Amino acid sequence: MSMSLVNSNSYLESLLQGQPRLQPSPLAWFNQLRANAVDHAGRLKLPTTRDEEWRFTDLSPLVRQSFQPARTAAALQSADVEHFSVAEAAIRLVFVDGKYMPELSTPAERLGNRGLIVTNLASAITANAEAIEPHLGQYARFEDNLFAALNTAFLHDGALVIVPRDAAIDTPVHVLLIATQPEAASHPRCLFIAEAGSEVTILEDYVSLNEAAYITNAVTEIAVGDNARISHIRVQRDGIEAFHIGNCAVSLAHASRYRSVSVALGARISRYDLNTVLDAEGAECVIDGLALIHDHQLADTHSSIDHAKPNCTSRQLHKCIADDSAHAVFNGKVMVRPDAQNTDSAQSSRNLLLNAKARIDTKPQLEIFANDVKCTHGATVGQLDSEELFYLKSRGLSGVAARNLLTYAFGAEIIDRIPIASLKYRLEQTVLEQTKKN
Amino acid sequence: MIHQDSKTILEVSGLRAAVDGVEILKGVDLIVKSGEVHAIMGTNGSGKSTFAKVLAGHSAYQVTGGSVLFEGRNLFDLEPEERARAGVFLAFQYPIEIPGVSNSHFLRLAYNTLQSQRGKDELDPLEFEDFVREKMRLLEMNPNFLDRGVNEGFSGGEKKRNEILQMALLEPRLAILDETDSGLDIDALRIVTNGVNKLANKDNAIILVTHYQRMLNYIEPDYVHVMRGGRIVKTGGKELALDLETRGYDWVGVERRAPASA
Repeated sequence: MSMSLVNSNSYLESLLQGQPRLQPSPLAWFNQLRANAVDHAGRLKLPTTRDEEWRFTDLSPLVRQSFQPARTAAALQSADVEHFSVAEAAIRLVFVDGKYMPELSTPAERLGNRGLIVTNLASAITANAEAIEPHLGQYARFEDNLFAALNTAFLHDGALVIVPRDAAIDTPVHVLLIATQPEAASHPRCLFIAEAGSEVTILEDYVSLNEAAYITNAVTEIAVGDNARISHIRVQRDGIEAFHIGNCAVSLAHASRYRSVSVALGARISRYDLNTVLDAEGAECVIDGLALIHDHQLADTHSSIDHAKPNCTSRQLHKCIADDSAHAVFNGKVMVRPDAQNTDSAQSSRNLLLNAKARIDTKPQLEIFANDVKCTHGATVGQLDSEELFYLKSRGLSGVAARNLLTYAFGAEIIDRIPIASLKYRLEQTVLEQTKKN
Repeated sequence: MIHQDSKTILEVSGLRAAVDGVEILKGVDLIVKSGEVHAIMGTNGSGKSTFAKVLAGHSAYQVTGGSVLFEGRNLFDLEPEERARAGVFLAFQYPIEIPGVSNSHFLRLAYNTLQSQRGKDELDPLEFEDFVREKMRLLEMNPNFLDRGVNEGFSGGEKKRNEILQMALLEPRLAILDETDSGLDIDALRIVTNGVNKLANKDNAIILVTHYQRMLNYIEPDYVHVMRGGRIVKTGGKELALDLETRGYDWVGVERRAPASA
C-alpha cells in the first residue's frame, strides 16, 4: 500500500515509516477496508487542542517521540506473564507487542467449546469471513478519527471472539496485551461478536513489562446480538511513559445488554473513546469507568451513548481521581434520536482532586431530540471531605492513612462492579498501593 | 464508680474555644478521674457538643484559652489521631458513612493501628473476624454489618451501636459519648447503654454528653454537670439529672449551690 499520501504530516510519517508491508488478503472486502482506511489516514491530521474533541489532550509529546513497528517479539516464558493471569479465565489470548503468542494462549478450541471461536483474528479471518465481514470495520468509524483510521490501515491481528447462538460461556475470556519493547507502535484490533441469545464476559487487559515510551493504538468492535449479553472489562495499566489510544465501538441489537467497566491506571497520556449505539428496541447498557492517575499522567475518556431506537436504557457512572499534577478528562455524550421515545438514561460523573496542582475537566453532554424520555445527568468535582477525614483520624488513623482510605473507597465503588473476583481483588490492591502516600 | 486510688485522667481548666471567630466555650473547668462516669447536660447551643469535639481535636474549633491535661500531657500538643492513640475516644453524634470501605476493613484498620501503637500484636483478617464477632454480641449486632460499607445505609440506632463497637475494640481511657442516645428507640437504648456499662471499669472514664435524662436511667453517672453559655454552671450527683427532668434547665445557674467535691 502507498504511504506517500501522508507526507504532509511528519508525525504520521514517522509512525508509518518502516511499517512492514502487509500482505494483501485473499478477501477483497478486507483489502478494500484497509485501502479506505489508508486513504483517510492520509487525509486526516493529528488532532490538536484546537479540535473540540481534543481540547484538553495535547498530543504534542507524541510527536516528539519516534516509534517503530515492534520487532519480532522476545520469546516470553509463561513465568514472565504468570502474574498477569486471571484464575477464573480458562480461555486466554496473549499478544506481545501486538503479535499473537499461541504458546502462551489457551484458545477456545483447546477447551472443546463447540462452535465457540476465541482465537487470533489473523488465523481465523479467512475461514470465518462470512461471520466477520458484516462487523469488522462497521462500527469503529474512521472517517474523522485518525487513530481508528491508522489502526484499520494496519489491520492485521488481534483477538477474535465469536459466541454462537444461545451459548453461555461460563469462563471469562482474557485478552492479554503485553507491551515489552521501547519505542514500539502496535495497533491491535479486536472483534467480539455475541450471536443471538448468547452470553460472555471478556476482559481486555493492557499491561506492560516496559517503563519506556511506546504507543498502543487499539481498536475494539463489539456486536451484541438479539437478547445477547456481553460483559466487557477493560483495564489499561500501561507503562508510565506509554501512550495509549483506545477506540471501542459497540452495537446493540434487540433486547441485548452491554455491561462495561473500564479502568485506566497507566500511561503518560491515554485516551479512550467508547461509542455505544443502542440500535434496536429494548437494548440496555451500563457503562462504568474509573481513571486513577498521578504524577504527570493525563487520562482522557470520551464516551458516547447513542439512543438510536425507542425503549432503551443506559446507565453510566464515571469517576476520576487525580493526584499530583495529573489531568483527567471526561466527556460523556448521551444522544437521544428523534424516534427514540421512552428512553431511560442516567449519567453521573464524579471526580476527586487530591492535589491543588491536579486538574479534572468533565463535560456531560445531553442531546435530546425525542419528547417522551427520562434523562438525568450530573457532575461533581470535589476534594476529600474534612468531616470524613476527622472521623478516621479520631479512630487513630494518620492523616495520610485516612486520606488513602477515603481515596481508595472512592475508586472501589467502580472496581466493585467488576464481575471477576480475583481481578477485582488485584485491582483493589493496586488502587490501595497507588493511593498510598507516605 | 468513685474510688480511692483513682488517677486523674482529664483536667480541664478555663477552656475557651471558638468556631469561625465566635466563642462557644467560655471557661470550662472539669476534672475526671479513672472509674468515673460524668454526664454533661444542657440545652442546644449550651456548648456541650463543642466541648466533646474540642477534646477530640476537630479542626473547625479553635482553642482560644485555658488548658486540658490528659493523663498529665497537654492534650493540645496532640493531633486527633495521636489523641486517639493516647486513649481518647469520641462516639460521634452523627457517624460518617464511608461507602466503598467495608466495616470490617475499617474496624480492623483502626484496631491494628492502635495495637501497633501500644506495642501489641496486630490481628490478621481471620483472627480479627473472631475477635470482632465476640464484641458484636455485646451489642447484639448482626455479623452482616461487617460486610457493609462503614455506616452505609445504617439506621440511626445501627450507627450508634457501631460507634460503641469501636469503643469496645479500641478500649479508650476516656470515652466521650456525644448524644449517643439521640435517635435510639427504647430497645436500642437498652442495648447500647448495656454495652457501655460493660465497658466501664475502674481504669477508664466516660463522659456522656446528653440533652435528656433518659440515658442516665441506664448508665448511672457519678457526676452530673450542667452546661450553659459555654460554661459548667452546676455540678451535682445523679439526682440533679432528675431535677432537670422535672424542672427543665431554666432555673440552673439562677440559684447558687456549692458544687459537689470532685
